[in-house]
Amino acid sequence: MQQQMGDDQKKSRLTEQIDENLKRVYDEILKEQVPDRFKDLLAQLKEKERRH
Amino acid sequence: MGASELADRPATGASPVPDPRDEITDFLSPMRAFAISLTRNMSSADDLVQDTIVKAWSNIDKFQPGTNMQAWLFTILRNTFYSDRRKHRREVPDPDGIHAAALFEMPAHHGRLAFNDFKLAFDQLSVEHREVLILVGASGFSTEQTAEMIGVAVGTVKSRTSRARKRLAELMGLEGEEDIMGPGERTTPAVTKPGQFVV
Repeated sequence: MQQQMGDDQKKSRLTEQIDENLKRVYDEILKEQVPDRFKDLLAQLKEKERRH
Repeated sequence: MGASELADRPATGASPVPDPRDEITDFLSPMRAFAISLTRNMSSADDLVQDTIVKAWSNIDKFQPGTNMQAWLFTILRNTFYSDRRKHRREVPDPDGIHAAALFEMPAHHGRLAFNDFKLAFDQLSVEHREVLILVGASGFSTEQTAEMIGVAVGTVKSRTSRARKRLAELMGLEGEEDIMGPGERTTPAVTKPGQFVV
């Protein structure tokens, strides 16, 4: 299962760059405003339960 | 079943136990980001988040306090996604992204790819590959946590992640030793409008 050292280094560098970009893709969406409908939904669910 | 479990719980009059459901609101952004990564469509993603919230709310008795709430919510979200997908069969199964790749010709800038090109390549990946990359690569879950969430062996997560990265590199025309992005692009990230990520 042991891989060549050079191959490993190459891979880890590429992996690093891919992950860096993945985080950017993900963070871009994280920064977006979450629609109010979800907070409204949670409030509705809570209210419904309170009435029961 | 849920009701009897609730009844068996010790009385909590003395010290009020916080409702774990109050925490759901903290994970709306990550849930949405994960949903968008899976569906690649804003309105489907928002419907998926909505369904996930309702399921999490009504199944909170299955959540173990003290465990990772985000992992629990993500598990519900991806299970809902795959079960909807099986029901509707909207997306053609394409585990290697061959179909998607045929639809879009990647520009062959060796070593210098803009962030938008990365996103286009990411969108061409199969949903299984996108999922594992978002969980392990972007959300920072361990391979063990991811394995539990997806319901596969740790080894499967590792090999799938490695194949997904390789596929992504292939889609961008990279061999493995080259920079995906030049230093210039890295310091000035491509500005994108919300929704541009969705193809």
